[in-house]
Amino acid sequence: MDVIKENQVEELVQNNIIMSTVEAAFNWCRSRSLWPLTFGLACCAIEMMATADTRYDLARFGSEVFRPSPRQCDLMIIAGTITKKMQPVVQRLYEQMAEPRYVLAMGSCAISGGPFTDSYNVVLGGDTFLPVDVYVPGCPPRPEALIYGILQLREKVANPKKIARLKANG
Amino acid sequence: MLKTQELTLNLGPHHPSTHGVFRCVLNLEGEYITKAVNHLGYLHRGIEKLAESRTYTQFIPYNGRLDYVAGMLNEWAYVMAVEKLMGITEEIPERAEYIRVIVGELQRIASHGIYFASMALDVAGASAWFYGFRDRDEVLDLLEMVSGQRLMHNYMRFGGVAADLPDGFMNKLDKLLNKLPAAIEEYEGILLGNEIFRARTVGVAPVSREMALDYGFTGPNLRASGVDTDLRRDEPYSVYDRFKFNVPVRQNGDTFDRVIVRIEEMKESIKIIRQAMEGIPEGPVMAKVPKVIKPPVGEVYSRLENAKGHLGFHIVSDGSTKPYRLRIYSPCFVNIGIFPEMAKGLHLMDAVVALASLDIVLGEIDR
Repeated sequence: MDVIKENQVEELVQNNIIMSTVEAAFNWCRSRSLWPLTFGLACCAIEMMATADTRYDLARFGSEVFRPSPRQCDLMIIAGTITKKMQPVVQRLYEQMAEPRYVLAMGSCAISGGPFTDSYNVVLGGDTFLPVDVYVPGCPPRPEALIYGILQLREKVANPKKIARLKANG
Repeated sequence: MLKTQELTLNLGPHHPSTHGVFRCVLNLEGEYITKAVNHLGYLHRGIEKLAESRTYTQFIPYNGRLDYVAGMLNEWAYVMAVEKLMGITEEIPERAEYIRVIVGELQRIASHGIYFASMALDVAGASAWFYGFRDRDEVLDLLEMVSGQRLMHNYMRFGGVAADLPDGFMNKLDKLLNKLPAAIEEYEGILLGNEIFRARTVGVAPVSREMALDYGFTGPNLRASGVDTDLRRDEPYSVYDRFKFNVPVRQNGDTFDRVIVRIEEMKESIKIIRQAMEGIPEGPVMAKVPKVIKPPVGEVYSRLENAKGHLGFHIVSDGSTKPYRLRIYSPCFVNIGIFPEMAKGLHLMDAVVALASLDIVLGEIDR
Protein backbone atom coordinates (compact mmCIF):
# COMPACT_ATOMS: atom_id res chain seq x y z
CA MET A 1 0.00 0.00 0.00
CA ASP A 2 1.18 3.47 -0.88
CA VAL A 3 1.80 5.67 2.04
CA ILE A 4 1.46 9.41 1.50
CA LYS A 5 4.30 11.20 3.10
CA GLU A 6 3.90 14.46 4.92
CA ASN A 7 5.78 16.47 2.30
CA GLN A 8 3.69 15.11 -0.57
CA VAL A 9 0.35 16.32 0.69
CA GLU A 10 0.63 19.85 -0.57
CA GLU A 11 1.68 18.72 -4.01
CA LEU A 12 -1.18 16.25 -4.23
CA VAL A 13 -3.69 18.87 -3.21
CA GLN A 14 -2.39 21.24 -5.85
CA ASN A 15 -2.58 18.65 -8.60
CA ASN A 16 -5.85 16.98 -7.76
CA ILE A 17 -8.15 19.46 -6.12
CA ILE A 18 -9.62 22.42 -7.93
CA MET A 19 -10.87 25.21 -5.75
CA SER A 20 -13.97 26.94 -7.05
CA THR A 21 -17.39 28.13 -6.06
CA VAL A 22 -20.39 25.84 -6.13
CA GLU A 23 -22.04 28.15 -8.59
CA ALA A 24 -19.19 27.96 -11.05
CA ALA A 25 -19.25 24.19 -10.84
CA PHE A 26 -22.98 24.19 -11.46
CA ASN A 27 -22.59 26.49 -14.43
CA TRP A 28 -19.89 24.30 -15.89
CA CYS A 29 -22.07 21.21 -15.59
CA ARG A 30 -25.07 23.01 -17.01
CA SER A 31 -23.20 24.31 -20.01
CA ARG A 32 -21.96 20.82 -20.90
CA SER A 33 -25.36 19.19 -20.95
CA LEU A 34 -27.95 21.53 -22.34
CA TRP A 35 -31.11 19.54 -22.92
CA PRO A 36 -33.14 20.97 -25.75
CA LEU A 37 -36.91 20.81 -26.03
CA THR A 38 -38.25 18.67 -28.90
CA PHE A 39 -40.02 21.59 -30.38
CA GLY A 40 -40.14 22.05 -34.13
CA LEU A 41 -42.27 24.74 -35.64
CA ALA A 42 -41.43 24.62 -39.32
CA CYS A 43 -38.65 23.98 -41.81
CA CYS A 44 -35.79 24.58 -39.36
CA ALA A 45 -37.02 21.63 -37.29
CA ILE A 46 -35.89 19.31 -40.07
CA GLU A 47 -32.38 20.73 -39.83
CA MET A 48 -32.60 20.47 -36.05
CA MET A 49 -33.38 16.76 -36.47
CA ALA A 50 -30.49 16.45 -38.91
CA THR A 51 -28.21 17.98 -36.28
CA ALA A 52 -29.00 15.11 -33.94
CA ASP A 53 -28.35 12.43 -36.58
CA THR A 54 -25.23 10.39 -37.14
CA ARG A 55 -23.36 12.77 -39.39
CA TYR A 56 -23.55 15.93 -37.30
CA ASP A 57 -24.00 14.12 -34.01
CA LEU A 58 -25.01 16.67 -31.44
CA ALA A 59 -24.23 14.06 -28.78
CA ARG A 60 -20.57 15.07 -29.02
CA PHE A 61 -21.53 18.26 -27.21
CA GLY A 62 -23.89 16.76 -24.69
CA SER A 63 -27.06 18.18 -26.17
CA GLU A 64 -28.57 15.18 -27.91
CA VAL A 65 -31.16 14.52 -25.21
CA PHE A 66 -34.19 16.09 -26.85
CA ARG A 67 -37.00 16.08 -24.31
CA PRO A 68 -40.64 16.40 -25.31
CA SER A 69 -41.63 17.81 -21.93
CA PRO A 70 -40.68 21.41 -21.18
CA ARG A 71 -40.23 20.51 -17.52
CA GLN A 72 -37.17 18.43 -18.30
CA CYS A 73 -35.44 20.90 -20.58
CA ASP A 74 -33.26 23.91 -20.19
CA LEU A 75 -32.87 25.00 -23.80
CA MET A 76 -35.66 26.01 -26.12
CA ILE A 77 -34.69 26.04 -29.78
CA ILE A 78 -37.26 28.11 -31.64
CA ALA A 79 -36.99 26.29 -34.94
CA GLY A 80 -39.31 27.93 -37.41
CA THR A 81 -41.94 30.54 -38.04
CA ILE A 82 -43.96 31.69 -35.04
CA THR A 83 -47.50 32.46 -36.15
CA LYS A 84 -49.99 34.48 -34.17
CA LYS A 85 -51.93 31.34 -33.36
CA MET A 86 -48.79 29.59 -32.12
CA GLN A 87 -47.35 32.47 -30.09
CA PRO A 88 -49.32 31.82 -26.86
CA VAL A 89 -48.28 28.17 -27.02
CA VAL A 90 -44.62 29.08 -27.41
CA GLN A 91 -44.91 31.53 -24.53
CA ARG A 92 -46.56 28.92 -22.33
CA LEU A 93 -43.97 26.28 -23.11
CA TYR A 94 -41.26 28.73 -22.14
CA GLU A 95 -43.01 29.49 -18.87
CA GLN A 96 -43.30 25.78 -18.10
CA MET A 97 -39.57 25.26 -18.39
CA ALA A 98 -37.63 25.16 -15.14
CA GLU A 99 -35.07 27.85 -14.48
CA PRO A 100 -32.36 28.45 -15.51
CA ARG A 101 -33.67 28.32 -19.06
CA TYR A 102 -32.23 29.51 -22.31
CA VAL A 103 -33.69 30.36 -25.69
CA LEU A 104 -31.98 29.92 -29.04
CA ALA A 105 -33.62 31.51 -32.06
CA MET A 106 -32.88 29.31 -35.06
CA GLY A 107 -33.35 30.69 -38.54
CA SER A 108 -34.48 33.99 -39.92
CA CYS A 109 -38.18 33.40 -39.09
CA ALA A 110 -37.45 33.02 -35.38
CA ILE A 111 -35.13 36.04 -35.50
CA SER A 112 -37.27 38.53 -37.39
CA GLY A 113 -40.02 36.82 -39.36
CA GLY A 114 -37.66 36.10 -42.25
CA PRO A 115 -39.25 35.76 -45.67
CA PHE A 116 -42.69 36.13 -44.09
CA THR A 117 -42.16 39.55 -42.47
CA ASP A 118 -45.01 41.17 -44.34
CA SER A 119 -47.45 38.34 -43.74
CA TYR A 120 -50.58 39.07 -41.74
CA ASN A 121 -50.22 36.06 -39.48
CA VAL A 122 -46.55 35.95 -38.54
CA VAL A 123 -44.93 37.17 -35.33
CA LEU A 124 -41.83 39.20 -36.10
CA GLY A 125 -39.30 37.12 -34.25
CA GLY A 126 -39.03 35.27 -30.96
CA ASP A 127 -37.41 38.21 -29.18
CA THR A 128 -40.65 40.17 -29.34
CA PHE A 129 -41.92 38.13 -26.39
CA LEU A 130 -39.06 35.88 -25.16
CA PRO A 131 -35.54 36.68 -23.91
CA VAL A 132 -33.44 35.18 -26.70
CA ASP A 133 -29.88 34.24 -25.77
CA VAL A 134 -28.37 33.18 -29.07
CA TYR A 135 -29.41 33.93 -32.65
CA VAL A 136 -28.46 31.49 -35.42
CA PRO A 137 -29.10 33.09 -38.81
CA GLY A 138 -29.87 31.20 -42.00
CA CYS A 139 -32.91 29.98 -43.87
CA PRO A 140 -32.60 27.29 -42.67
CA PRO A 141 -29.23 27.36 -40.85
CA ARG A 142 -27.02 24.40 -41.62
CA PRO A 143 -26.60 21.84 -38.82
CA GLU A 144 -23.05 23.07 -38.32
CA ALA A 145 -24.44 26.54 -37.67
CA LEU A 146 -26.83 25.21 -35.04
CA ILE A 147 -23.99 23.34 -33.34
CA TYR A 148 -21.94 26.55 -33.34
CA GLY A 149 -24.89 28.36 -31.81
CA ILE A 150 -25.17 25.78 -29.04
CA LEU A 151 -21.42 26.07 -28.40
CA GLN A 152 -21.78 29.84 -28.14
CA LEU A 153 -24.58 29.32 -25.63
CA ARG A 154 -22.29 26.97 -23.71
CA GLU A 155 -19.75 29.79 -23.38
CA LYS A 156 -22.48 32.10 -22.23
CA VAL A 157 -23.72 29.68 -19.59
CA ALA A 158 -20.27 28.80 -18.30
CA ASN A 159 -19.05 32.41 -18.03
CA PRO A 160 -21.88 34.60 -16.75
CA LYS A 161 -19.39 37.23 -15.52
CA LYS A 162 -17.87 37.60 -18.97
CA ILE A 163 -21.28 38.14 -20.50
CA ALA A 164 -22.19 40.69 -17.83
CA ARG A 165 -18.94 42.54 -18.53
CA LEU A 166 -19.58 42.53 -22.27
CA LYS A 167 -23.09 43.84 -21.69
CA ALA A 168 -21.84 46.60 -19.39
CA ASN A 169 -19.35 47.72 -22.02
CA GLY A 170 -22.04 47.73 -24.67
CA MET B 1 -68.04 1.52 -7.13
CA LEU B 2 -65.87 1.86 -10.19
CA LYS B 3 -66.86 4.32 -12.81
CA THR B 4 -65.33 5.32 -16.09
CA GLN B 5 -64.98 8.80 -17.35
CA GLU B 6 -64.39 10.10 -20.83
CA LEU B 7 -61.15 12.01 -21.08
CA THR B 8 -60.50 14.85 -23.49
CA LEU B 9 -56.90 14.97 -24.52
CA ASN B 10 -55.00 17.53 -26.54
CA LEU B 11 -52.58 15.93 -28.97
CA GLY B 12 -50.37 18.78 -30.02
CA PRO B 13 -49.72 21.46 -31.15
CA HIS B 14 -46.47 20.80 -29.36
CA HIS B 15 -46.16 17.05 -29.59
CA PRO B 16 -43.23 15.20 -31.14
CA SER B 17 -45.49 12.75 -32.97
CA THR B 18 -47.65 15.26 -34.77
CA HIS B 19 -44.78 16.06 -37.16
CA GLY B 20 -44.99 19.75 -36.62
CA VAL B 21 -47.66 21.87 -35.06
CA PHE B 22 -50.77 19.87 -35.86
CA ARG B 23 -53.30 19.72 -33.05
CA CYS B 24 -55.92 17.08 -32.54
CA VAL B 25 -58.45 16.96 -29.72
CA LEU B 26 -59.11 13.36 -28.78
CA ASN B 27 -61.91 11.94 -26.70
CA LEU B 28 -60.65 8.88 -24.94
CA GLU B 29 -62.39 6.02 -23.28
CA GLY B 30 -59.65 4.21 -21.49
CA GLU B 31 -56.97 4.21 -24.14
CA TYR B 32 -59.36 4.00 -27.05
CA ILE B 33 -60.31 7.00 -29.12
CA THR B 34 -63.99 7.69 -29.48
CA LYS B 35 -63.74 10.98 -31.29
CA ALA B 36 -61.01 13.06 -32.85
CA VAL B 37 -61.20 16.62 -34.12
CA ASN B 38 -58.49 18.21 -36.23
CA HIS B 39 -57.34 21.74 -35.52
CA LEU B 40 -55.19 23.34 -38.16
CA GLY B 41 -53.63 26.72 -38.72
CA TYR B 42 -50.76 26.79 -36.25
CA LEU B 43 -48.33 27.29 -39.12
CA HIS B 44 -50.50 29.43 -41.35
CA ARG B 45 -48.03 31.90 -42.79
CA GLY B 46 -50.24 33.29 -45.52
CA ILE B 47 -48.07 32.07 -48.36
CA GLU B 48 -50.89 32.33 -50.91
CA LYS B 49 -51.50 35.95 -49.94
CA LEU B 50 -47.79 36.73 -49.98
CA ALA B 51 -47.63 35.44 -53.57
CA GLU B 52 -49.85 38.31 -54.62
CA SER B 53 -47.24 40.83 -53.49
CA ARG B 54 -44.27 38.99 -55.00
CA THR B 55 -43.26 38.83 -58.64
CA TYR B 56 -43.44 35.42 -60.30
CA THR B 57 -39.68 34.89 -59.92
CA GLN B 58 -39.59 36.10 -56.33
CA PHE B 59 -42.13 33.47 -55.37
CA ILE B 60 -39.96 30.49 -56.42
CA PRO B 61 -38.06 30.26 -53.10
CA TYR B 62 -41.30 30.26 -51.09
CA ASN B 63 -42.17 26.89 -52.58
CA GLY B 64 -39.32 25.28 -50.70
CA ARG B 65 -40.92 26.47 -47.47
CA LEU B 66 -44.24 24.84 -48.31
CA ASP B 67 -43.40 21.19 -48.06
CA TYR B 68 -40.00 21.59 -46.53
CA VAL B 69 -38.86 18.03 -46.96
CA ALA B 70 -39.49 18.01 -50.71
CA GLY B 71 -38.65 21.54 -51.81
CA MET B 72 -37.40 20.68 -55.26
CA LEU B 73 -40.68 19.02 -56.26
CA ASN B 74 -42.71 21.99 -55.04
CA GLU B 75 -40.60 24.43 -57.03
CA TRP B 76 -41.04 22.21 -60.03
CA ALA B 77 -44.81 22.19 -59.65
CA TYR B 78 -44.94 25.98 -59.44
CA VAL B 79 -42.51 26.56 -62.28
CA MET B 80 -44.43 24.11 -64.45
CA ALA B 81 -47.68 26.00 -63.82
CA VAL B 82 -46.17 29.36 -64.74
CA GLU B 83 -44.55 27.88 -67.85
CA LYS B 84 -47.92 26.55 -68.91
CA LEU B 85 -49.40 29.99 -68.32
CA MET B 86 -46.69 31.63 -70.41
CA GLY B 87 -47.01 28.95 -73.10
CA ILE B 88 -43.33 28.01 -73.12
CA THR B 89 -43.71 24.39 -72.04
CA GLU B 90 -42.48 23.19 -75.45
CA GLU B 91 -39.40 25.40 -75.47
CA ILE B 92 -37.71 24.01 -72.38
CA PRO B 93 -34.40 22.39 -73.37
CA GLU B 94 -34.27 18.61 -73.11
CA ARG B 95 -31.26 18.70 -70.83
CA ALA B 96 -33.13 20.90 -68.38
CA GLU B 97 -36.04 18.45 -68.34
CA TYR B 98 -33.71 15.55 -67.63
CA ILE B 99 -31.99 17.48 -64.86
CA ARG B 100 -35.39 18.24 -63.36
CA VAL B 101 -36.28 14.56 -63.40
CA ILE B 102 -32.98 13.61 -61.72
CA VAL B 103 -33.17 16.20 -58.95
CA GLY B 104 -36.91 15.63 -58.52
CA GLU B 105 -36.52 11.91 -58.02
CA LEU B 106 -33.57 12.47 -55.68
CA GLN B 107 -35.81 14.74 -53.66
CA ARG B 108 -38.49 12.06 -53.61
CA ILE B 109 -35.99 9.59 -52.19
CA ALA B 110 -34.97 12.14 -49.54
CA SER B 111 -38.59 12.81 -48.64
CA HIS B 112 -39.43 9.13 -48.32
CA GLY B 113 -36.23 8.70 -46.32
CA ILE B 114 -37.44 11.19 -43.76
CA TYR B 115 -40.86 9.52 -43.79
CA PHE B 116 -39.27 6.19 -43.01
CA ALA B 117 -37.12 7.74 -40.30
CA SER B 118 -39.91 9.56 -38.49
CA MET B 119 -42.20 6.57 -38.85
CA ALA B 120 -39.57 4.47 -37.12
CA LEU B 121 -39.23 7.03 -34.37
CA ASP B 122 -42.97 7.01 -33.77
CA VAL B 123 -42.94 3.28 -33.11
CA ALA B 124 -39.93 3.91 -30.84
CA GLY B 125 -37.39 2.45 -33.26
CA ALA B 126 -34.70 5.06 -32.85
CA SER B 127 -31.96 3.13 -34.61
CA ALA B 128 -33.95 2.96 -37.85
CA TRP B 129 -34.28 6.72 -37.58
CA PHE B 130 -30.52 7.05 -37.81
CA TYR B 131 -30.40 4.85 -40.91
CA GLY B 132 -33.00 6.97 -42.67
CA PHE B 133 -31.21 10.20 -41.92
CA ARG B 134 -27.83 8.79 -42.90
CA ASP B 135 -28.95 8.11 -46.47
CA ARG B 136 -31.01 11.25 -46.69
CA ASP B 137 -27.92 13.30 -45.88
CA GLU B 138 -26.09 11.66 -48.78
CA VAL B 139 -28.92 12.55 -51.15
CA LEU B 140 -28.98 16.10 -49.82
CA ASP B 141 -25.24 16.36 -50.53
CA LEU B 142 -26.01 15.91 -54.22
CA LEU B 143 -28.84 18.42 -54.19
CA GLU B 144 -26.52 20.82 -52.40
CA MET B 145 -23.98 20.32 -55.17
CA VAL B 146 -26.41 21.52 -57.82
CA SER B 147 -28.18 24.24 -55.86
CA GLY B 148 -25.96 25.29 -52.97
CA GLN B 149 -28.56 24.65 -50.26
CA ARG B 150 -29.56 21.57 -48.32
CA LEU B 151 -33.30 22.14 -47.99
CA MET B 152 -34.46 25.26 -49.80
CA HIS B 153 -32.94 24.79 -53.20
CA ASN B 154 -34.35 27.62 -55.33
CA TYR B 155 -32.97 25.76 -58.34
CA MET B 156 -35.85 25.71 -60.82
CA ARG B 157 -36.39 28.63 -63.17
CA PHE B 158 -39.07 29.42 -65.71
CA GLY B 159 -37.72 27.78 -68.87
CA GLY B 160 -35.15 25.52 -67.28
CA VAL B 161 -32.92 25.29 -64.22
CA ALA B 162 -30.61 27.82 -62.61
CA ALA B 163 -27.32 26.14 -63.52
CA ASP B 164 -25.97 23.11 -65.30
CA LEU B 165 -24.94 20.06 -63.31
CA PRO B 166 -21.52 20.68 -61.70
CA ASP B 167 -18.41 18.66 -62.57
CA GLY B 168 -18.27 15.32 -60.88
CA PHE B 169 -22.00 15.24 -60.18
CA MET B 170 -22.62 12.19 -62.36
CA ASN B 171 -19.84 10.21 -60.68
CA LYS B 172 -21.17 10.99 -57.24
CA LEU B 173 -24.70 10.19 -58.32
CA ASP B 174 -23.57 6.89 -59.74
CA LYS B 175 -21.82 6.01 -56.50
CA LEU B 176 -24.89 6.92 -54.47
CA LEU B 177 -27.22 4.89 -56.68
CA ASN B 178 -24.93 1.89 -56.24
CA LYS B 179 -25.14 2.30 -52.48
CA LEU B 180 -28.86 2.97 -52.12
CA PRO B 181 -30.31 -0.49 -52.92
CA ALA B 182 -28.26 -1.97 -50.10
CA ALA B 183 -29.47 0.79 -47.80
CA ILE B 184 -33.09 0.11 -48.69
CA GLU B 185 -32.53 -3.56 -48.00
CA GLU B 186 -31.24 -2.50 -44.62
CA TYR B 187 -34.45 -0.55 -44.01
CA GLU B 188 -36.48 -3.61 -44.83
CA GLY B 189 -34.40 -5.65 -42.44
CA ILE B 190 -34.43 -3.28 -39.53
CA LEU B 191 -38.03 -2.13 -39.65
CA LEU B 192 -40.29 -4.01 -42.03
CA GLY B 193 -39.15 -7.43 -40.89
CA ASN B 194 -39.38 -6.46 -37.26
CA GLU B 195 -41.97 -8.41 -35.29
CA ILE B 196 -42.93 -5.44 -33.12
CA PHE B 197 -43.27 -3.13 -36.07
CA ARG B 198 -45.54 -5.60 -37.83
CA ALA B 199 -47.66 -6.00 -34.74
CA ARG B 200 -48.06 -2.25 -34.53
CA THR B 201 -48.87 -1.67 -38.20
CA VAL B 202 -50.33 -4.68 -40.03
CA GLY B 203 -54.10 -4.29 -40.17
CA VAL B 204 -54.04 -1.05 -38.19
CA ALA B 205 -56.13 1.89 -39.40
CA PRO B 206 -57.14 0.42 -42.74
CA VAL B 207 -58.46 2.77 -45.38
CA SER B 208 -60.59 1.01 -47.96
CA ARG B 209 -60.46 1.86 -51.63
CA GLU B 210 -63.84 3.59 -51.51
CA MET B 211 -62.98 5.58 -48.41
CA ALA B 212 -59.68 6.70 -49.90
CA LEU B 213 -61.40 7.91 -53.05
CA ASP B 214 -64.18 9.60 -51.07
CA TYR B 215 -61.70 11.54 -48.99
CA GLY B 216 -59.76 12.55 -52.10
CA PHE B 217 -56.55 10.77 -51.29
CA THR B 218 -53.75 11.12 -53.80
CA GLY B 219 -50.27 9.74 -54.21
CA PRO B 220 -48.75 6.91 -52.19
CA ASN B 221 -51.63 6.87 -49.68
CA LEU B 222 -54.11 6.17 -52.47
CA ARG B 223 -51.84 3.57 -54.02
CA ALA B 224 -51.62 1.79 -50.68
CA SER B 225 -55.41 1.44 -50.75
CA GLY B 226 -55.36 -0.40 -54.05
CA VAL B 227 -55.92 2.33 -56.63
CA ASP B 228 -53.41 2.13 -59.44
CA THR B 229 -52.68 5.75 -60.20
CA ASP B 230 -49.60 7.85 -60.73
CA LEU B 231 -49.50 11.15 -62.56
CA ARG B 232 -46.02 10.41 -63.82
CA ARG B 233 -47.46 7.53 -65.80
CA ASP B 234 -51.08 8.56 -66.37
CA GLU B 235 -50.59 12.21 -67.37
CA PRO B 236 -46.89 12.24 -68.17
CA TYR B 237 -45.40 15.68 -67.71
CA SER B 238 -41.84 16.70 -68.47
CA VAL B 239 -40.05 13.68 -70.01
CA TYR B 240 -41.59 10.98 -67.82
CA ASP B 241 -43.09 9.23 -70.85
CA ARG B 242 -39.59 8.10 -71.84
CA PHE B 243 -38.87 6.11 -68.70
CA LYS B 244 -39.98 2.65 -67.77
CA PHE B 245 -40.96 2.19 -64.14
CA ASN B 246 -43.52 0.31 -62.12
CA VAL B 247 -46.16 1.89 -59.95
CA PRO B 248 -46.21 0.00 -56.65
CA VAL B 249 -49.76 -0.72 -55.51
CA ARG B 250 -50.87 -2.46 -52.33
CA GLN B 251 -54.34 -3.68 -51.50
CA ASN B 252 -54.97 -3.47 -47.75
CA GLY B 253 -54.54 0.24 -47.17
CA ASP B 254 -53.32 -0.25 -43.62
CA THR B 255 -50.42 1.50 -41.97
CA PHE B 256 -48.00 -1.20 -43.05
CA ASP B 257 -48.98 -0.89 -46.72
CA ARG B 258 -48.50 2.83 -46.67
CA VAL B 259 -44.91 2.28 -45.54
CA ILE B 260 -44.26 -0.50 -48.07
CA VAL B 261 -45.53 1.59 -50.98
CA ARG B 262 -43.05 4.32 -50.16
CA ILE B 263 -40.12 1.94 -49.77
CA GLU B 264 -40.99 0.42 -53.16
CA GLU B 265 -41.27 3.88 -54.64
CA MET B 266 -37.72 4.66 -53.58
CA LYS B 267 -36.57 1.69 -55.63
CA GLU B 268 -38.53 2.91 -58.65
CA SER B 269 -37.01 6.37 -58.26
CA ILE B 270 -33.56 4.81 -58.47
CA LYS B 271 -34.61 3.12 -61.72
CA ILE B 272 -35.87 6.40 -63.16
CA ILE B 273 -32.68 8.25 -62.24
CA ARG B 274 -30.59 5.50 -63.85
CA GLN B 275 -32.52 5.84 -67.10
CA ALA B 276 -32.29 9.63 -66.98
CA MET B 277 -28.53 9.40 -66.46
CA GLU B 278 -28.20 7.30 -69.59
CA GLY B 279 -30.49 9.42 -71.72
CA ILE B 280 -29.42 12.91 -70.67
CA PRO B 281 -28.44 14.95 -73.75
CA GLU B 282 -25.92 17.78 -74.01
CA GLY B 283 -27.11 21.31 -74.60
CA PRO B 284 -28.38 24.42 -72.87
CA VAL B 285 -30.30 24.30 -69.59
CA MET B 286 -32.35 27.46 -70.04
CA ALA B 287 -34.82 28.44 -72.73
CA LYS B 288 -34.91 32.02 -73.97
CA VAL B 289 -37.36 33.70 -71.63
CA PRO B 290 -37.88 37.45 -71.15
CA LYS B 291 -36.10 39.01 -68.16
CA VAL B 292 -39.36 40.34 -66.75
CA ILE B 293 -41.95 37.60 -66.48
CA LYS B 294 -45.36 38.90 -67.59
CA PRO B 295 -47.66 36.01 -68.40
CA PRO B 296 -50.70 36.85 -70.53
CA VAL B 297 -54.09 37.39 -68.92
CA GLY B 298 -55.67 34.07 -68.04
CA GLU B 299 -55.61 31.25 -65.57
CA VAL B 300 -53.98 27.88 -65.38
CA TYR B 301 -54.09 24.77 -63.24
CA SER B 302 -51.19 22.42 -63.35
CA ARG B 303 -50.26 19.52 -61.10
CA LEU B 304 -47.57 16.95 -60.65
CA GLU B 305 -46.86 13.92 -58.56
CA ASN B 306 -45.22 15.17 -55.41
CA ALA B 307 -43.73 12.85 -52.82
CA LYS B 308 -47.06 13.09 -50.94
CA GLY B 309 -49.55 13.13 -53.81
CA HIS B 310 -50.89 15.55 -56.38
CA LEU B 311 -49.50 19.02 -55.84
CA GLY B 312 -51.42 21.53 -57.91
CA PHE B 313 -51.02 25.23 -58.54
CA HIS B 314 -53.90 27.36 -59.74
CA ILE B 315 -52.64 30.74 -60.90
CA VAL B 316 -54.74 33.63 -62.13
CA SER B 317 -52.84 36.26 -64.06
CA ASP B 318 -53.99 39.81 -64.82
CA GLY B 319 -51.08 40.42 -67.17
CA SER B 320 -48.87 42.13 -64.59
CA THR B 321 -45.62 40.92 -63.08
CA LYS B 322 -47.37 39.53 -60.01
CA PRO B 323 -49.97 36.78 -59.79
CA TYR B 324 -53.50 38.08 -59.24
CA ARG B 325 -54.35 35.01 -57.18
CA LEU B 326 -52.41 31.87 -56.43
CA ARG B 327 -53.99 28.80 -54.95
CA ILE B 328 -52.12 25.71 -53.84
CA TYR B 329 -53.81 22.32 -53.90
CA SER B 330 -51.97 20.55 -51.14
CA PRO B 331 -51.95 16.74 -50.91
CA CYS B 332 -51.14 16.75 -47.18
CA PHE B 333 -54.15 18.91 -46.41
CA VAL B 334 -56.41 16.43 -48.16
CA ASN B 335 -54.77 13.44 -46.54
CA ILE B 336 -55.07 14.79 -43.01
CA GLY B 337 -58.84 15.08 -43.47
CA ILE B 338 -59.29 11.38 -42.96
CA PHE B 339 -57.58 11.29 -39.58
CA PRO B 340 -60.70 11.79 -37.39
CA GLU B 341 -62.43 8.96 -39.23
CA MET B 342 -59.34 6.80 -39.07
CA ALA B 343 -58.64 7.39 -35.40
CA LYS B 344 -62.12 6.36 -34.26
CA GLY B 345 -61.83 3.20 -32.19
CA LEU B 346 -58.07 3.09 -32.39
CA HIS B 347 -55.73 2.65 -29.48
CA LEU B 348 -54.04 5.96 -28.69
CA MET B 349 -50.55 4.69 -29.49
CA ASP B 350 -51.74 3.25 -32.80
CA ALA B 351 -53.34 6.55 -33.77
CA VAL B 352 -49.95 8.24 -33.50
CA VAL B 353 -48.46 5.65 -35.86
CA ALA B 354 -51.40 5.95 -38.25
CA LEU B 355 -50.94 9.71 -38.33
CA ALA B 356 -47.25 9.29 -39.10
CA SER B 357 -48.09 6.88 -41.91
CA LEU B 358 -50.15 9.55 -43.69
CA ASP B 359 -46.93 11.52 -44.21
CA ILE B 360 -48.09 14.99 -43.28
CA VAL B 361 -46.02 18.13 -43.49
CA LEU B 362 -47.58 21.05 -41.70
CA GLY B 363 -45.95 23.69 -43.87
CA GLU B 364 -48.06 22.47 -46.72
CA ILE B 365 -51.25 21.83 -44.77
CA ASP B 366 -51.46 25.29 -43.25
CA ARG B 367 -49.54 27.15 -45.98
